Amino acid sequence: MRKVLTVLGTLISISVAQADEVNIYSARQENLIKPILDIYSQETGTTINLVTGGADELIQRLSLEGDNSPADLLLTVDVGRLHRAKDAGVLQPVSSSLLESEIPAQYRDSEGYWYAMSLRSRVIVYDKERVDPSQISSYADLADPMWRNSVCVRSSSNIYNQSLVASMVGHNGVAQTEEWVKGLVANFARSPQGGDRDQISAIEAGQCKLALVNTYYLGGLLTSTNADERETGEAVAVLWPDQEGNGAHINISGAAVTKASKNKEAAVALMEYLVSDEAQAWYAETNNEYPVRTDVPVSDVLESWGEFKADDIALDQLGIHNAEAVRLMDRAGWK
Amino acid sequence: MPILSTSITEAPQGALSSLRTRFSGHGLTLSILLLCLILSIPVLTIFYSVFSSSEGVWEHLANTVLSDYITQSALLMVGVGVCVLVLGIGPAWLVTMTKFPGSRILEWGLVLPLAMPAYIIAYTYTGMLDVGGPVQSWIRDTFDVRYGDYWFPEIRSIGGAITMLSLVLYPYVYLLTRTAFIEQSVCVLEVSRTLGASPFKAFTRVAIPLARPAIIAGLSLVLMETLADYGTVQYFGVSAFTAGIFRTWFGLGSPTAAAQLAAVLMIFILMLVLAEHWSRAKARYHHTSNKYTRLPRIELRGWKRIGAMLYCYLPVLLGFLIPFIQLSFWAVETWDLLDRSSFLTLFANSLKLASITAGIALALALFITYSKRLRPGLLLRSIVRVLSMGYAIPGTVVAVGVLIPFAWFDNTLDAWMRATFDVSTGLLFSGTLVAVVFAYLVRFLPVSMNTLDAGLGKIKPTMDDVGRSLGLRPLQILRRVHIPVMRGSLLTAALLVFVDVLKELPATLILRPFNFNTLAIRTYELANQERLAEASSTALMIVLAGIIPVIILSLTISKSRPGYESST
Repeated sequence: MRKVLTVLGTLISISVAQADEVNIYSARQENLIKPILDIYSQETGTTINLVTGGADELIQRLSLEGDNSPADLLLTVDVGRLHRAKDAGVLQPVSSSLLESEIPAQYRDSEGYWYAMSLRSRVIVYDKERVDPSQISSYADLADPMWRNSVCVRSSSNIYNQSLVASMVGHNGVAQTEEWVKGLVANFARSPQGGDRDQISAIEAGQCKLALVNTYYLGGLLTSTNADERETGEAVAVLWPDQEGNGAHINISGAAVTKASKNKEAAVALMEYLVSDEAQAWYAETNNEYPVRTDVPVSDVLESWGEFKADDIALDQLGIHNAEAVRLMDRAGWK
Repeated sequence: MPILSTSITEAPQGALSSLRTRFSGHGLTLSILLLCLILSIPVLTIFYSVFSSSEGVWEHLANTVLSDYITQSALLMVGVGVCVLVLGIGPAWLVTMTKFPGSRILEWGLVLPLAMPAYIIAYTYTGMLDVGGPVQSWIRDTFDVRYGDYWFPEIRSIGGAITMLSLVLYPYVYLLTRTAFIEQSVCVLEVSRTLGASPFKAFTRVAIPLARPAIIAGLSLVLMETLADYGTVQYFGVSAFTAGIFRTWFGLGSPTAAAQLAAVLMIFILMLVLAEHWSRAKARYHHTSNKYTRLPRIELRGWKRIGAMLYCYLPVLLGFLIPFIQLSFWAVETWDLLDRSSFLTLFANSLKLASITAGIALALALFITYSKRLRPGLLLRSIVRVLSMGYAIPGTVVAVGVLIPFAWFDNTLDAWMRATFDVSTGLLFSGTLVAVVFAYLVRFLPVSMNTLDAGLGKIKPTMDDVGRSLGLRPLQILRRVHIPVMRGSLLTAALLVFVDVLKELPATLILRPFNFNTLAIRTYELANQERLAEASSTALMIVLAGIIPVIILSLTISKSRPGYESST
C-alpha cells in the first residue's frame, strides 16, 4: 500500500521532482504577488525565492549579474519594461503550448520572450457632476481647447504615460502625437504631480474635470474599506476612449524566463500556473486587473464598467517607441 | 573676523610632524588609501562616464529640460540651505545657552524629525493638505466654496519640497552645531562679554564663527541629501536633477547620459566643497583654553521666552509631532488590513543592517579622519574628497555603481575557478548583504567622516604632542586622548548613519538577497501603490526604531562636555 502511494505521489509530483526551486525578480510588489506564490508553493512543494524592486533596476541587476544570475523568472508591470529586458538580452524564449493556447497572441511576445499575466487599461475618468460624457470620446479629445484648465495627469516620467504616448506614436507617428501632447499640456489644470489616485481625488475636489488613470487604481478606490476613498471613487465615471477608433489603450503585467535561468522548467511551470483559473481569478479579485484569459470572469467593479474595445496594437510597439515618446513629451513640456 | 579670534585661528606649524613619521611606519596609511580607493569605485565609475558618448541624448536634454533641472535643483538647494540654517543653529544655541520651559526636553526633541524619512513626511503632509485632503475638504464644506474660490498653498510644489526636506534635514545642522556649542570653551565667550559684546553679539560674532566647521559639515550633509533625494521631488513633480537622471536612464534608455548628469551633479557639489575650503583658508578652529566650567545658562523671561519657545517648538511640531500623529491615526484605521506576522522580522532586519553599518562606518571614518590629521598628503586628501561625494549620489545610482564591480569580481573569479579547477563559485558577493552594506558605506561614510572631521578639528595639536611626550603611540593617543574628548562627535556619527540606514530605500531594494525585506521596503511598496494609510504602520516603526538611539544620543551629547561629571 505504501509503495502504491509513493508511486502515485511520485506521479502526481513529477513536476515537483524537477521543479523544486524558482527564483523570482519581481517588479510586482510583494503583497500583490506573494500570496499567490505561497499557494503555489503549498500545492506543489516548489520553493520560491523572491526579490522585489523597480523593474528597470532589476533588469540592470540581471544584466550585470550575467550568466551567474540566480534569477529564473522576471515579473514586471508594463510591457515597455519587458521590451527593455528583451533588448538588454537578459531573457530567453519560452515555448509552452499551454501558454500559447491560453494567452491571446496579442498579449505575448511573437518570439516567446514574454507573456502577459494580467491586463489593465489606461482610461479617461470624468467628473460625474460637471462633465457631459457625450462631449468626449477619445484620447484626442483631451487636447481640445474646450477642456482648457481641466485635465489632470501624473508626470511623464511615469511609464504608464510613456507607454500610452508610445502607442500613439505607433498609430499616428511622431509629428501628430507631438501636436496632441502639446494640446494636452495646454489643457493641464495643474503641473503634473502625484500618482493616479491623486488625479481622481483632484477631480473630486474640483481642481480638474478629466484625468487619465489606470483602471485598477479606480477599482482599488471603489472597493476600499475606507469610506472616504470609496466616496472619492464614486465622484468619477469611466469613459472608454477611442471606441470608434483604435480602442482603449491596454497594458500588461507579464512574466519572462531569464537567460541565466537554471530552473527553466520550474519557471515555465509557475508561469503556466499563473494563467490557471485559480491564479487568474485571484489577480482579478485582489488588484482589480483584467485576467489575460478571456474565459475568466472579471471582478464586480470591472463588470460594472461594461465591455470595451481594446487597442490591438502590437505591444512591443510600446517598447520600441518609448524613448521617442519621452523625447517628444520633453519637447512639449509635459513635466 | 574680529581681532579676538585671531589667537585661536593660528595653529602651531608642524606640531604633528613627529607623529606623522611614526604613523607612516605602520603601513596603516597605505591600507587606508586602498580602502578609500575601493569605496570610491562607484563614484569613480560615474565620473568615468563623462568620457563616453551619449549619442545625441545630451543635446536633446540641453535643448529641452536641462535648464529646468538646473534651476529647480539650485532653488531647492538654496531654499533648503537657508531653512536648515535658521531651523538648526538658533535652537541649538537657545537650548544650550538658555533656559525656558521645556528646553531640556527640546534638547533631544529637536532631533526627532531626523527619524522621519523625507518621502514619508511628504506623503503624510500631502495626504493632509492636498486638494482632496481633509483640510481643504473641510474648508470647502464649512464655507461652501469650490476649489479655486479660496487661496491655499500648493503642497506639491517646489516650495512644498523645500519645506518637507528642511523639516527633516535641519537636525543635521542642529546636532553638529549643538555638539560644537557644548564642546566650546567658555573663555572666548567670557572674553567677548568683557569686551562689551551683548549675549546676542557673542553668539553671532564668536560662537557661530567658531562653530563654523560644524555648521558647514551639517549644511553640506543636508545639501548632499537634498540633491540625492528622489522620493520627494518625484512625488511633488519637481523636475530636479535626480528626477532627470532616472528619466534619462530609463525613459530615454541612456545610462551614459544619466551617469553624465550624475557626474555634473557631483562636480557641482565638489565646487561647493572646494569653495568652502578656500574661504576657510588657513583658519583653524582648535580651542586653546581648557577651561570647561559649566555653560552659563541664561534664564529667559517675558517676550524673549515666548519667542524662544515658538522658535524651538515649531520645528519639532511640524517636523515630527504632526506627521507622527497623522501616521498614528492612519495606522489605527488600517490595523486590520495589515500583514503583521512579518513585522518582527522586518524590524529585526532593519535594526541589524543599521547597527552593523553604523559600527563599520564609525570605525572606518575614525581611521580615515585620523590618518588625514596625521598625514594630510594630497593623495589621501583627494581620495577622501571623492569618497565624500557618495552622499550626494542618488541611492539607485550608488547601487548600480556597486553592482558593476561586485558582479565583475564574482564573474571573473567564477570564470577563473571554472577554467582552473572546474568548480563554479557563482556569485559570491552580489546579491548578498555584503553588497548592501558596502553600498551603505559608499553612501553614508561621508556622514560619519564629516562629523568626525569637525570633531577632530577642534582638538588642538598640542594635545597630540603632550600624548607623545608622555610616550604614547599614535593609536594610544587616539584611544586615550582623542576618543574620550570627542565622545559626542563619535556618537553623533554613529547615530546619523544608523538612522540613515533605517530610512534608506533604493540601494536596499536593488541589492538585497532573496526573501529579505526591511521596514523601509514594506513602507515604500504600500506607499507606491498609493495605499498611504496602510503604509503608515511600518513608517511609524521606522520612526520609532530611530527615536530610541536619537534620545540616547542627545542625552549623551549633553554629558559629553569635558568635565560634565565634575561640574554637576
